[in-house]
Amino acid sequence: MTDMSMNNAQSEKSAARVRLAQRIALRFGLYALLIVFALYYLMPLFVMVTTSLKSLDEIRTGSLLSLPRELDFSSWATAWSSACTGIQCEGLRPFFWNSVLLSVPAVFLSTLLGAVNGYVLAQWRFKGSNVLFALMLFGCFIPFQVVILPMAMTLGVLKIAGTIGGLVFVHVVYGIGFTTLFFRNYYVTVPQELVKAAKVDGAGFFRIFFSIFLPISPPIIVVTVIWQFTQIWNDFLFGVSFSQAGTQPITVALNNIVNSTTGVKEYNVDMAAAIIAALPTLFVYVVAGKYFIRGLTAGSVKG
Amino acid sequence: MTEWLEKHVPKMVLAPSFIAIFVFVYGFIGWTAYVSFTRSKLLPKYDLKGTIQYERLADSPRFEVALTNLAIFGILFILFATVIGLALAILLDQKIRTEGPLRTIYLYPMALSFIVTGTAWKWILNPGLGIESVMHDLGWTDFAFNWLVDPKLAIYTIVIAGVWQSSGFVMALFLAGLRSVDNEVIRAAMVDGVSTPRIYMSIIIPSMAPIFLSAFIVLSHLAIKSFDLVIALTGGGPGYATDMPATFMYAMAFSRGDIGQAASSATVMMIIVTAIIVPYLYSELRPRHD
Repeated sequence: MTDMSMNNAQSEKSAARVRLAQRIALRFGLYALLIVFALYYLMPLFVMVTTSLKSLDEIRTGSLLSLPRELDFSSWATAWSSACTGIQCEGLRPFFWNSVLLSVPAVFLSTLLGAVNGYVLAQWRFKGSNVLFALMLFGCFIPFQVVILPMAMTLGVLKIAGTIGGLVFVHVVYGIGFTTLFFRNYYVTVPQELVKAAKVDGAGFFRIFFSIFLPISPPIIVVTVIWQFTQIWNDFLFGVSFSQAGTQPITVALNNIVNSTTGVKEYNVDMAAAIIAALPTLFVYVVAGKYFIRGLTAGSVKG
Repeated sequence: MTEWLEKHVPKMVLAPSFIAIFVFVYGFIGWTAYVSFTRSKLLPKYDLKGTIQYERLADSPRFEVALTNLAIFGILFILFATVIGLALAILLDQKIRTEGPLRTIYLYPMALSFIVTGTAWKWILNPGLGIESVMHDLGWTDFAFNWLVDPKLAIYTIVIAGVWQSSGFVMALFLAGLRSVDNEVIRAAMVDGVSTPRIYMSIIIPSMAPIFLSAFIVLSHLAIKSFDLVIALTGGGPGYATDMPATFMYAMAFSRGDIGQAASSATVMMIIVTAIIVPYLYSELRPRHD
Protein backbone atom coordinates (compact mmCIF):
# COMPACT_ATOMS: atom_id res chain seq x y z
CA MET A 1 0.00 0.00 0.00
CA THR A 2 2.65 2.49 1.09
CA ASP A 3 4.86 1.23 -1.71
CA MET A 4 2.25 2.01 -4.29
CA SER A 5 1.57 5.52 -3.08
CA MET A 6 5.28 6.18 -3.06
CA ASN A 7 5.51 4.95 -6.63
CA ASN A 8 2.60 7.13 -7.56
CA ALA A 9 4.16 10.16 -5.99
CA GLN A 10 7.38 9.47 -7.82
CA SER A 11 5.75 9.01 -11.23
CA GLU A 12 3.72 12.16 -10.65
CA LYS A 13 6.89 14.01 -9.90
CA SER A 14 8.61 12.80 -13.05
CA ALA A 15 5.51 13.59 -15.10
CA ALA A 16 5.58 17.09 -13.69
CA ARG A 17 9.24 17.31 -14.61
CA VAL A 18 8.47 16.24 -18.18
CA ARG A 19 5.71 18.84 -18.39
CA LEU A 20 8.06 21.52 -17.08
CA ALA A 21 10.70 20.53 -19.63
CA GLN A 22 8.07 20.66 -22.36
CA ARG A 23 6.97 24.10 -21.28
CA ILE A 24 10.54 25.37 -21.19
CA ALA A 25 11.17 23.96 -24.66
CA LEU A 26 7.98 25.57 -25.93
CA ARG A 27 8.92 28.93 -24.40
CA PHE A 28 12.38 28.61 -25.92
CA GLY A 29 10.94 27.89 -29.36
CA LEU A 30 8.55 30.80 -28.98
CA TYR A 31 11.31 33.25 -28.17
CA ALA A 32 13.49 31.86 -30.96
CA LEU A 33 10.68 32.43 -33.45
CA LEU A 34 10.06 35.96 -32.19
CA ILE A 35 13.75 36.77 -32.48
CA VAL A 36 13.92 35.40 -36.03
CA PHE A 37 11.06 37.72 -36.99
CA ALA A 38 12.77 40.64 -35.26
CA LEU A 39 15.91 39.95 -37.33
CA TYR A 40 13.81 39.84 -40.49
CA TYR A 41 12.36 43.29 -39.78
CA LEU A 42 15.70 44.72 -38.68
CA MET A 43 17.76 43.30 -41.56
CA PRO A 44 16.98 46.04 -44.12
CA LEU A 45 17.75 48.76 -41.57
CA PHE A 46 20.99 46.99 -40.66
CA VAL A 47 21.95 46.69 -44.31
CA MET A 48 21.13 50.34 -44.95
CA VAL A 49 23.22 51.58 -42.03
CA THR A 50 26.22 49.34 -42.69
CA THR A 51 26.19 49.98 -46.44
CA SER A 52 26.09 53.73 -45.84
CA LEU A 53 29.26 53.45 -43.76
CA LYS A 54 31.26 51.35 -46.23
CA SER A 55 33.44 52.52 -49.09
CA LEU A 56 32.34 51.60 -52.62
CA ASP A 57 35.30 49.27 -52.86
CA GLU A 58 34.28 47.40 -49.76
CA ILE A 59 30.70 47.18 -51.03
CA ARG A 60 31.83 45.56 -54.28
CA THR A 61 34.18 43.05 -52.70
CA GLY A 62 32.58 42.42 -49.31
CA SER A 63 29.34 40.86 -48.19
CA LEU A 64 26.00 42.60 -47.86
CA LEU A 65 25.67 41.45 -44.26
CA SER A 66 29.20 42.18 -43.03
CA LEU A 67 30.04 45.05 -40.74
CA PRO A 68 32.04 47.92 -42.26
CA ARG A 69 35.81 47.54 -41.77
CA GLU A 70 36.08 51.15 -40.71
CA LEU A 71 33.46 53.81 -40.19
CA ASP A 72 33.40 56.09 -43.20
CA PHE A 73 30.88 58.91 -42.87
CA SER A 74 31.73 60.52 -46.20
CA SER A 75 28.66 59.07 -47.94
CA TRP A 76 26.48 60.80 -45.37
CA ALA A 77 28.15 64.12 -46.14
CA THR A 78 27.72 63.49 -49.87
CA ALA A 79 24.06 62.53 -49.47
CA TRP A 80 23.37 65.60 -47.36
CA SER A 81 25.16 68.26 -49.36
CA SER A 82 26.50 67.19 -52.75
CA ALA A 83 24.69 64.18 -54.24
CA CYS A 84 23.04 64.85 -57.60
CA THR A 85 19.26 64.88 -57.85
CA GLY A 86 19.15 65.29 -61.60
CA ILE A 87 21.09 68.29 -62.89
CA GLN A 88 21.26 69.87 -59.45
CA CYS A 89 24.02 68.56 -57.15
CA GLU A 90 23.30 70.00 -53.71
CA GLY A 91 22.41 66.80 -51.91
CA LEU A 92 19.26 66.31 -49.87
CA ARG A 93 19.67 69.42 -47.73
CA PRO A 94 17.47 71.86 -49.69
CA PHE A 95 14.78 69.19 -50.11
CA PHE A 96 14.86 68.30 -46.45
CA TRP A 97 14.01 71.92 -45.67
CA ASN A 98 11.31 71.90 -48.36
CA SER A 99 9.69 68.99 -46.57
CA VAL A 100 9.93 70.81 -43.23
CA LEU A 101 8.47 74.01 -44.69
CA LEU A 102 5.72 71.96 -46.25
CA SER A 103 4.76 69.69 -43.39
CA VAL A 104 4.73 72.19 -40.51
CA PRO A 105 1.92 74.45 -41.84
CA ALA A 106 0.07 71.53 -43.47
CA VAL A 107 0.04 69.53 -40.22
CA PHE A 108 -0.98 72.58 -38.18
CA LEU A 109 -3.85 73.62 -40.46
CA SER A 110 -5.27 70.15 -41.02
CA THR A 111 -5.17 69.38 -37.29
CA LEU A 112 -6.89 72.66 -36.42
CA LEU A 113 -9.64 72.12 -38.98
CA GLY A 114 -10.03 68.49 -37.89
CA ALA A 115 -10.50 69.59 -34.27
CA VAL A 116 -13.33 72.05 -34.96
CA ASN A 117 -14.96 69.77 -37.53
CA GLY A 118 -14.80 66.81 -35.16
CA TYR A 119 -16.25 68.98 -32.38
CA VAL A 120 -19.23 69.95 -34.55
CA LEU A 121 -19.84 66.42 -35.84
CA ALA A 122 -19.62 64.87 -32.38
CA GLN A 123 -21.41 67.42 -30.20
CA TRP A 124 -23.39 69.85 -32.36
CA ARG A 125 -25.15 67.45 -34.66
CA PHE A 126 -27.76 68.80 -37.00
CA LYS A 127 -29.98 67.22 -39.60
CA GLY A 128 -27.73 65.62 -42.18
CA SER A 129 -24.52 65.93 -40.16
CA ASN A 130 -24.00 62.17 -40.22
CA VAL A 131 -24.27 62.17 -44.00
CA LEU A 132 -21.69 64.96 -44.15
CA PHE A 133 -19.41 62.91 -41.93
CA ALA A 134 -19.78 59.85 -44.17
CA LEU A 135 -19.01 61.97 -47.23
CA MET A 136 -15.89 63.41 -45.57
CA LEU A 137 -14.79 59.96 -44.48
CA PHE A 138 -15.13 58.53 -47.96
CA GLY A 139 -12.79 61.29 -49.12
CA CYS A 140 -10.02 59.63 -47.06
CA PHE A 141 -10.19 56.50 -49.12
CA ILE A 142 -10.20 57.71 -52.70
CA PRO A 143 -7.20 56.80 -54.84
CA PHE A 144 -5.60 60.20 -55.33
CA GLN A 145 -4.96 59.47 -59.00
CA VAL A 146 -8.58 60.38 -59.55
CA VAL A 147 -8.04 63.99 -58.44
CA ILE A 148 -4.52 64.64 -59.73
CA LEU A 149 -5.39 65.98 -63.18
CA PRO A 150 -8.03 68.53 -62.11
CA MET A 151 -5.88 69.50 -59.11
CA ALA A 152 -2.89 70.20 -61.35
CA MET A 153 -5.09 72.49 -63.46
CA THR A 154 -6.61 74.16 -60.40
CA LEU A 155 -3.20 74.88 -58.88
CA GLY A 156 -2.27 76.46 -62.20
CA VAL A 157 -5.36 78.66 -62.20
CA LEU A 158 -4.70 79.69 -58.58
CA LYS A 159 -1.09 80.51 -59.59
CA ILE A 160 0.33 78.23 -56.90
CA ALA A 161 1.41 75.39 -59.22
CA GLY A 162 4.88 74.13 -58.33
CA THR A 163 5.05 76.06 -55.07
CA ILE A 164 5.33 74.84 -51.51
CA GLY A 165 2.14 76.76 -50.73
CA GLY A 166 0.34 74.72 -53.39
CA LEU A 167 1.53 71.46 -51.81
CA VAL A 168 0.44 72.67 -48.36
CA PHE A 169 -2.99 73.39 -49.82
CA VAL A 170 -3.26 69.92 -51.35
CA HIS A 171 -2.16 68.16 -48.16
CA VAL A 172 -4.59 70.15 -46.03
CA VAL A 173 -7.54 69.47 -48.35
CA TYR A 174 -6.93 65.72 -48.49
CA GLY A 175 -5.91 65.48 -44.82
CA ILE A 176 -9.09 66.97 -43.35
CA GLY A 177 -11.02 63.71 -43.68
CA PHE A 178 -8.70 61.77 -41.40
CA THR A 179 -8.15 64.55 -38.88
CA THR A 180 -11.90 65.08 -38.62
CA LEU A 181 -12.38 61.34 -38.08
CA PHE A 182 -9.80 61.29 -35.26
CA PHE A 183 -11.31 64.23 -33.38
CA ARG A 184 -14.89 63.24 -34.00
CA ASN A 185 -14.35 59.74 -32.59
CA TYR A 186 -12.55 61.21 -29.59
CA TYR A 187 -15.11 63.90 -28.78
CA VAL A 188 -18.06 61.59 -29.28
CA THR A 189 -17.19 59.86 -25.99
CA VAL A 190 -17.82 63.07 -24.05
CA PRO A 191 -21.37 62.92 -22.62
CA GLN A 192 -23.74 65.30 -24.38
CA GLU A 193 -25.16 66.34 -20.99
CA LEU A 194 -21.96 68.22 -20.34
CA VAL A 195 -22.51 70.43 -23.37
CA LYS A 196 -26.17 70.85 -22.49
CA ALA A 197 -25.31 71.94 -18.95
CA ALA A 198 -22.72 74.40 -20.25
CA LYS A 199 -25.30 75.83 -22.65
CA VAL A 200 -27.75 76.32 -19.81
CA ASP A 201 -25.01 78.23 -18.00
CA GLY A 202 -24.86 80.54 -21.01
CA ALA A 203 -21.64 79.27 -22.61
CA GLY A 204 -21.55 79.48 -26.41
CA PHE A 205 -20.08 77.28 -29.13
CA PHE A 206 -16.52 78.55 -28.92
CA ARG A 207 -16.51 79.03 -25.18
CA ILE A 208 -17.44 75.35 -24.69
CA PHE A 209 -14.80 74.29 -27.18
CA PHE A 210 -12.02 76.26 -25.51
CA SER A 211 -12.93 75.56 -21.90
CA ILE A 212 -14.16 71.96 -22.05
CA PHE A 213 -12.94 70.23 -25.21
CA LEU A 214 -9.55 71.76 -25.86
CA PRO A 215 -8.22 70.99 -22.35
CA ILE A 216 -9.02 67.26 -22.77
CA SER A 217 -7.57 67.11 -26.28
CA PRO A 218 -3.77 66.75 -25.89
CA PRO A 219 -3.74 62.96 -26.48
CA ILE A 220 -5.77 63.16 -29.68
CA ILE A 221 -3.83 66.20 -30.85
CA VAL A 222 -0.62 64.20 -30.48
CA VAL A 223 -2.12 61.25 -32.37
CA THR A 224 -3.34 63.50 -35.19
CA VAL A 225 -0.13 65.52 -35.47
CA ILE A 226 1.95 62.35 -35.65
CA TRP A 227 -0.35 60.77 -38.22
CA GLN A 228 -0.44 63.85 -40.43
CA PHE A 229 3.29 64.46 -40.12
CA THR A 230 4.08 60.87 -41.11
CA GLN A 231 1.67 61.00 -44.03
CA ILE A 232 2.90 64.32 -45.36
CA TRP A 233 6.61 63.71 -44.82
CA ASN A 234 6.37 60.32 -46.53
CA ASP A 235 4.12 61.44 -49.37
CA PHE A 236 5.47 60.89 -52.85
CA LEU A 237 2.53 61.08 -55.26
CA PHE A 238 1.54 64.70 -54.53
CA GLY A 239 5.17 65.72 -54.26
CA VAL A 240 6.14 64.30 -57.62
CA SER A 241 2.99 65.56 -59.34
CA PHE A 242 2.75 69.11 -58.03
CA SER A 243 6.31 70.30 -57.39
CA GLN A 244 9.04 71.59 -59.65
CA ALA A 245 12.84 71.63 -59.53
CA GLY A 246 13.27 73.91 -56.50
CA THR A 247 10.27 72.87 -54.43
CA GLN A 248 10.45 69.09 -54.40
CA PRO A 249 9.96 67.31 -51.08
CA ILE A 250 12.61 64.93 -49.76
CA THR A 251 10.98 61.70 -51.00
CA VAL A 252 11.10 62.95 -54.59
CA ALA A 253 14.72 64.04 -54.17
CA LEU A 254 15.65 60.67 -52.68
CA ASN A 255 14.09 58.85 -55.61
CA ASN A 256 15.99 61.13 -57.99
CA ILE A 257 19.31 60.45 -56.25
CA VAL A 258 18.77 56.70 -56.35
CA ASN A 259 17.61 56.64 -59.96
CA SER A 260 19.98 59.20 -61.43
CA THR A 261 21.94 57.36 -64.06
CA THR A 262 24.96 59.62 -64.38
CA GLY A 263 28.32 58.35 -63.20
CA VAL A 264 29.14 55.42 -60.92
CA LYS A 265 26.32 53.94 -58.87
CA GLU A 266 27.08 54.97 -55.30
CA TYR A 267 25.11 52.52 -53.19
CA ASN A 268 26.54 53.90 -49.96
CA VAL A 269 25.29 57.41 -50.81
CA ASP A 270 21.86 56.00 -51.76
CA MET A 271 21.58 54.28 -48.39
CA ALA A 272 22.74 57.33 -46.44
CA ALA A 273 20.18 59.43 -48.32
CA ALA A 274 17.42 56.90 -47.57
CA ILE A 275 18.25 56.99 -43.86
CA ILE A 276 18.31 60.80 -43.81
CA ALA A 277 14.88 60.85 -45.47
CA ALA A 278 13.57 58.33 -42.94
CA LEU A 279 15.09 59.85 -39.78
CA PRO A 280 12.39 62.41 -38.88
CA THR A 281 9.50 59.93 -39.01
CA LEU A 282 11.59 57.19 -37.37
CA PHE A 283 12.47 59.61 -34.58
CA VAL A 284 8.81 60.45 -34.02
CA TYR A 285 8.00 56.74 -34.03
CA VAL A 286 10.64 55.93 -31.45
CA VAL A 287 9.74 58.74 -29.02
CA ALA A 288 5.95 58.55 -29.45
CA GLY A 289 5.27 55.05 -30.74
CA LYS A 290 2.22 54.60 -28.55
CA TYR A 291 0.45 57.52 -30.20
CA PHE A 292 1.62 56.46 -33.64
CA ILE A 293 0.02 53.04 -33.22
CA ARG A 294 -3.15 54.57 -31.83
CA GLY A 295 -3.44 56.68 -34.97
CA LEU A 296 -2.85 53.69 -37.21
CA THR A 297 -5.53 51.63 -35.57
CA ALA A 298 -7.97 54.49 -34.93
CA GLY A 299 -9.45 54.43 -38.39
CA SER A 300 -9.76 50.72 -38.73
CA VAL A 301 -10.88 49.20 -35.42
CA LYS A 302 -14.40 49.73 -34.21
CA GLY A 303 -14.19 51.97 -31.16
CA MET B 1 -29.67 88.04 -34.89
CA THR B 2 -27.27 86.67 -32.25
CA GLU B 3 -29.67 83.82 -31.66
CA TRP B 4 -29.67 82.97 -35.34
CA LEU B 5 -25.90 83.20 -35.33
CA GLU B 6 -25.63 80.99 -32.28
CA LYS B 7 -27.84 78.40 -33.94
CA HIS B 8 -25.89 78.34 -37.17
CA VAL B 9 -22.34 78.68 -35.91
CA PRO B 10 -21.68 74.92 -35.99
CA LYS B 11 -22.71 74.73 -39.65
CA MET B 12 -20.66 77.79 -40.53
CA VAL B 13 -17.59 76.29 -38.87
CA LEU B 14 -18.01 73.07 -40.81
CA ALA B 15 -18.82 74.80 -44.09
CA PRO B 16 -15.31 75.65 -45.40
CA SER B 17 -14.04 72.09 -44.91
CA PHE B 18 -17.14 70.61 -46.37
CA ILE B 19 -17.11 72.88 -49.39
CA ALA B 20 -13.43 72.04 -49.92
CA ILE B 21 -14.18 68.32 -49.81
CA PHE B 22 -17.24 68.74 -51.98
CA VAL B 23 -15.24 70.53 -54.68
CA PHE B 24 -11.82 68.88 -54.43
CA VAL B 25 -13.00 65.33 -53.82
CA TYR B 26 -16.43 64.94 -55.37
CA GLY B 27 -16.18 67.68 -57.98
CA PHE B 28 -12.78 66.42 -59.10
CA ILE B 29 -13.94 62.81 -59.25
CA GLY B 30 -16.78 64.05 -61.43
CA TRP B 31 -14.38 65.98 -63.66
CA THR B 32 -12.11 62.96 -64.12
CA ALA B 33 -15.04 60.67 -64.82
CA TYR B 34 -16.43 63.17 -67.36
CA VAL B 35 -13.11 63.61 -69.14
CA SER B 36 -12.76 59.84 -69.38
CA PHE B 37 -15.63 59.96 -71.89
CA THR B 38 -13.92 62.50 -74.17
CA ARG B 39 -11.14 62.42 -76.71
CA SER B 40 -8.77 64.42 -74.48
CA LYS B 41 -5.14 63.99 -75.35
CA LEU B 42 -2.54 66.61 -74.39
CA LEU B 43 -5.23 69.04 -73.26
CA PRO B 44 -8.63 68.25 -71.80
CA LYS B 45 -11.55 68.45 -74.23
CA TYR B 46 -15.12 68.63 -73.08
CA ASP B 47 -17.27 67.16 -75.85
CA LEU B 48 -18.42 63.67 -74.98
CA LYS B 49 -17.28 60.92 -77.31
CA GLY B 50 -18.66 57.80 -75.63
CA THR B 51 -16.57 54.99 -74.27
CA ILE B 52 -13.65 55.33 -76.66
CA GLN B 53 -11.10 55.73 -73.82
CA TYR B 54 -12.32 52.56 -72.14
CA GLU B 55 -12.12 50.68 -75.43
CA ARG B 56 -8.53 51.87 -75.77
CA LEU B 57 -7.82 50.72 -72.20
CA ALA B 58 -9.30 47.32 -72.95
CA ASP B 59 -7.10 47.03 -76.04
CA SER B 60 -3.98 48.20 -74.22
CA PRO B 61 -1.60 45.35 -73.41
CA ARG B 62 0.10 47.64 -70.91
CA PHE B 63 -3.11 48.19 -68.94
CA GLU B 64 -3.79 44.48 -69.03
CA VAL B 65 -0.38 43.91 -67.46
CA ALA B 66 -1.19 46.58 -64.87
CA LEU B 67 -4.47 44.92 -63.89
CA THR B 68 -2.89 41.45 -63.80
CA ASN B 69 -0.11 42.80 -61.61
CA LEU B 70 -2.61 44.41 -59.29
CA ALA B 71 -4.37 41.05 -58.94
CA ILE B 72 -1.13 39.13 -58.29
CA PHE B 73 0.24 41.75 -55.93
CA GLY B 74 -3.08 42.34 -54.20
CA ILE B 75 -3.78 38.69 -53.46
CA LEU B 76 -0.27 37.76 -52.31
CA PHE B 77 0.25 40.98 -50.37
CA ILE B 78 -3.04 40.69 -48.48
CA LEU B 79 -2.55 36.97 -47.86
CA PHE B 80 1.02 37.11 -46.56
CA ALA B 81 0.58 40.32 -44.58
CA THR B 82 -2.52 38.89 -42.87
CA VAL B 83 -0.96 35.50 -42.10
CA ILE B 84 2.30 36.98 -40.79
CA GLY B 85 0.48 39.70 -38.89
CA LEU B 86 -1.87 37.22 -37.21
CA ALA B 87 0.96 34.80 -36.40
CA LEU B 88 3.03 37.57 -34.83
CA ALA B 89 0.08 38.81 -32.81
CA ILE B 90 -0.63 35.34 -31.44
CA LEU B 91 3.05 34.73 -30.63
CA LEU B 92 3.29 38.09 -28.88
CA ASP B 93 0.13 37.40 -26.92
CA GLN B 94 1.79 34.56 -24.91
CA LYS B 95 2.84 36.85 -22.03
CA ILE B 96 6.16 37.69 -23.63
CA ARG B 97 8.40 39.65 -21.30
CA THR B 98 9.99 41.72 -24.08
CA GLU B 99 6.72 42.42 -25.87
CA GLY B 100 7.21 46.20 -25.93
CA PRO B 101 10.59 46.26 -27.69
CA LEU B 102 9.60 43.44 -30.07
CA ARG B 103 6.42 45.27 -31.05
CA THR B 104 8.44 48.39 -31.71
CA ILE B 105 10.74 46.42 -34.01
CA TYR B 106 7.91 44.72 -35.90
CA LEU B 107 6.10 47.96 -36.55
CA TYR B 108 8.83 50.46 -37.37
CA PRO B 109 8.68 49.88 -41.18
CA MET B 110 5.23 51.47 -41.05
CA ALA B 111 6.89 54.78 -40.12
CA LEU B 112 9.02 54.72 -43.26
CA SER B 113 8.14 56.14 -46.63
CA PHE B 114 7.57 53.56 -49.36
CA ILE B 115 10.35 55.32 -51.25
CA VAL B 116 12.79 54.49 -48.42
CA THR B 117 11.54 50.90 -48.27
CA GLY B 118 11.84 50.55 -52.03
CA THR B 119 15.36 51.98 -52.01
CA ALA B 120 16.47 49.57 -49.28
CA TRP B 121 14.99 46.47 -50.91
CA LYS B 122 16.26 47.46 -54.32
CA TRP B 123 19.73 47.28 -52.85
CA ILE B 124 19.13 44.06 -50.89
CA LEU B 125 17.65 42.30 -53.92
CA ASN B 126 20.30 43.70 -56.24
CA PRO B 127 21.37 40.88 -58.58
CA GLY B 128 25.07 40.42 -58.04
CA LEU B 129 25.80 42.45 -54.91
CA GLY B 130 22.72 41.72 -52.78
CA ILE B 131 21.31 38.54 -51.26
CA GLU B 132 22.81 36.63 -54.19
CA SER B 133 26.37 37.33 -53.11
CA VAL B 134 25.53 36.48 -49.48
CA MET B 135 24.40 33.04 -50.62
CA HIS B 136 27.53 32.67 -52.76
CA ASP B 137 29.68 33.51 -49.73
CA LEU B 138 27.83 30.89 -47.71
CA GLY B 139 28.95 28.32 -50.28
CA TRP B 140 25.80 28.12 -52.41
CA THR B 141 27.65 29.25 -55.52
CA ASP B 142 25.00 28.60 -58.15
CA PHE B 143 22.31 30.48 -56.23
CA ALA B 144 20.78 33.05 -58.56
CA PHE B 145 18.39 35.76 -57.51
CA ASN B 146 17.62 38.13 -60.34
CA TRP B 147 13.92 38.69 -59.77
CA LEU B 148 14.37 42.46 -59.97
CA VAL B 149 15.41 42.30 -63.61
CA ASP B 150 13.27 39.34 -64.63
CA PRO B 151 10.04 40.62 -66.22
CA LYS B 152 8.15 37.54 -65.05
CA LEU B 153 9.32 37.66 -61.44
CA ALA B 154 9.87 41.36 -60.73
CA ILE B 155 6.32 41.80 -59.45
CA TYR B 156 7.11 39.39 -56.60
CA THR B 157 9.89 41.65 -55.32
CA ILE B 158 7.20 44.27 -54.75
CA VAL B 159 5.24 41.70 -52.75
CA ILE B 160 8.34 40.98 -50.62
CA ALA B 161 8.94 44.65 -49.82
CA GLY B 162 5.25 45.42 -49.36
CA VAL B 163 4.73 42.57 -46.92
CA TRP B 164 7.83 43.59 -44.99
CA GLN B 165 6.50 47.10 -44.64
CA SER B 166 2.88 46.36 -43.75
CA SER B 167 2.74 43.07 -41.83
CA GLY B 168 3.67 44.76 -38.55
CA PHE B 169 0.68 47.01 -38.92
CA VAL B 170 -1.61 44.01 -39.34
CA MET B 171 0.00 42.58 -36.20
CA ALA B 172 -0.94 45.74 -34.29
CA LEU B 173 -4.54 45.42 -35.47
CA PHE B 174 -4.79 41.77 -34.42
CA LEU B 175 -3.02 42.36 -31.12
CA ALA B 176 -5.57 45.03 -30.25
CA GLY B 177 -8.27 42.51 -31.17
CA LEU B 178 -6.74 39.70 -29.08
CA ARG B 179 -6.62 41.99 -26.07
CA SER B 180 -10.31 42.70 -26.32
CA VAL B 181 -11.46 39.05 -26.49
CA ASP B 182 -13.65 38.12 -23.53
CA ASN B 183 -11.34 36.58 -20.93
CA GLU B 184 -14.14 34.74 -19.13
CA VAL B 185 -14.87 32.50 -22.10
CA ILE B 186 -11.20 31.63 -22.47
CA ARG B 187 -10.79 30.88 -18.79
CA ALA B 188 -13.85 28.64 -18.84
CA ALA B 189 -12.46 26.74 -21.84
CA MET B 190 -9.10 26.34 -20.10
CA VAL B 191 -10.79 24.98 -16.99
CA ASP B 192 -12.55 22.46 -19.23
CA GLY B 193 -9.11 21.35 -20.41
CA VAL B 194 -9.34 22.65 -23.97
CA SER B 195 -5.85 22.94 -25.45
CA THR B 196 -4.37 26.35 -26.29
CA PRO B 197 -4.25 25.79 -30.08
CA ARG B 198 -7.91 24.75 -30.03
CA ILE B 199 -8.86 27.78 -27.98
CA TYR B 200 -7.27 29.94 -30.67
CA MET B 201 -8.74 28.05 -33.60
CA SER B 202 -12.30 27.77 -32.37
CA ILE B 203 -12.83 30.67 -29.98
CA ILE B 204 -10.39 33.53 -30.40
CA ILE B 205 -9.80 33.70 -34.16
CA PRO B 206 -13.49 33.41 -35.11
CA SER B 207 -14.31 36.20 -32.66
CA MET B 208 -11.95 38.49 -34.54
CA ALA B 209 -13.89 38.48 -37.80
CA PRO B 210 -14.31 42.29 -37.75
CA ILE B 211 -10.53 42.69 -37.48
CA PHE B 212 -9.98 40.43 -40.48
CA LEU B 213 -12.35 42.70 -42.35
CA SER B 214 -10.52 45.86 -41.23
CA ALA B 215 -7.16 44.37 -42.17
CA PHE B 216 -8.53 43.36 -45.56
CA ILE B 217 -9.89 46.85 -46.19
CA VAL B 218 -6.67 48.59 -45.19
CA LEU B 219 -4.44 46.19 -47.14
CA SER B 220 -6.53 46.13 -50.30
CA HIS B 221 -6.64 49.90 -50.18
CA LEU B 222 -2.84 50.03 -49.87
CA ALA B 223 -2.52 47.57 -52.75
CA ILE B 224 -4.67 49.58 -55.14
CA LYS B 225 -2.91 52.81 -54.26
CA SER B 226 0.59 51.30 -54.44
CA PHE B 227 2.58 53.71 -56.48
CA ASP B 228 5.61 54.89 -54.50
CA LEU B 229 6.86 51.39 -53.81
CA VAL B 230 6.71 50.38 -57.46
CA ILE B 231 8.43 53.58 -58.57
CA ALA B 232 11.23 53.21 -56.02
CA LEU B 233 11.77 49.46 -56.38
CA THR B 234 11.38 48.72 -60.08
CA GLY B 235 10.25 51.98 -61.69
CA GLY B 236 7.49 49.89 -63.26
CA GLY B 237 10.09 47.90 -65.16
CA PRO B 238 11.73 45.97 -66.66
CA GLY B 239 9.84 47.56 -69.57
CA TYR B 240 6.37 47.87 -68.09
CA ALA B 241 6.42 44.44 -66.47
CA THR B 242 5.61 45.76 -62.98
CA ASP B 243 3.21 48.50 -63.96
CA MET B 244 0.14 48.84 -61.77
CA PRO B 245 -2.95 50.95 -62.45
CA ALA B 246 -1.51 53.72 -60.24
CA THR B 247 1.76 53.92 -62.18
CA PHE B 248 -0.03 53.45 -65.51
CA MET B 249 -2.22 56.45 -64.73
CA TYR B 250 0.78 58.53 -63.74
CA ALA B 251 2.70 57.62 -66.88
CA MET B 252 -0.27 58.50 -69.09
CA ALA B 253 -0.84 61.81 -67.30
CA PHE B 254 2.71 63.09 -66.99
CA SER B 255 4.96 61.36 -69.50
CA ARG B 256 2.68 60.27 -72.34
CA GLY B 257 0.46 63.37 -72.28
CA ASP B 258 -2.61 61.22 -72.75
CA ILE B 259 -5.22 62.75 -70.46
CA GLY B 260 -7.99 60.53 -71.79
CA GLN B 261 -6.18 57.33 -70.83
CA ALA B 262 -5.07 58.83 -67.52
CA ALA B 263 -8.64 59.82 -66.64
CA SER B 264 -10.17 56.51 -67.66
CA SER B 265 -7.58 54.42 -65.78
CA ALA B 266 -8.05 56.65 -62.71
CA THR B 267 -11.79 56.08 -62.98
CA VAL B 268 -11.24 52.32 -63.09
CA MET B 269 -9.17 52.61 -59.89
CA MET B 270 -11.90 54.68 -58.31
CA ILE B 271 -14.50 52.04 -59.17
CA ILE B 272 -12.39 49.26 -57.63
CA VAL B 273 -11.86 51.25 -54.42
CA THR B 274 -15.53 52.22 -54.20
CA ALA B 275 -16.62 48.61 -54.59
CA ILE B 276 -14.53 47.72 -51.53
CA ILE B 277 -14.92 50.80 -49.34
CA VAL B 278 -18.59 51.73 -49.67
CA PRO B 279 -20.04 48.51 -48.23
CA TYR B 280 -17.48 48.72 -45.44
CA LEU B 281 -18.23 52.34 -44.54
CA TYR B 282 -21.93 51.61 -44.79
CA SER B 283 -21.69 48.79 -42.28
CA GLU B 284 -19.42 50.82 -39.98
CA LEU B 285 -21.55 53.97 -39.92
CA ARG B 286 -24.96 52.36 -39.80
CA PRO B 287 -26.53 53.09 -36.41
CA ARG B 288 -26.08 50.08 -34.17
CA HIS B 289 -28.96 48.71 -32.17
CA ASP B 290 -27.12 47.00 -29.38
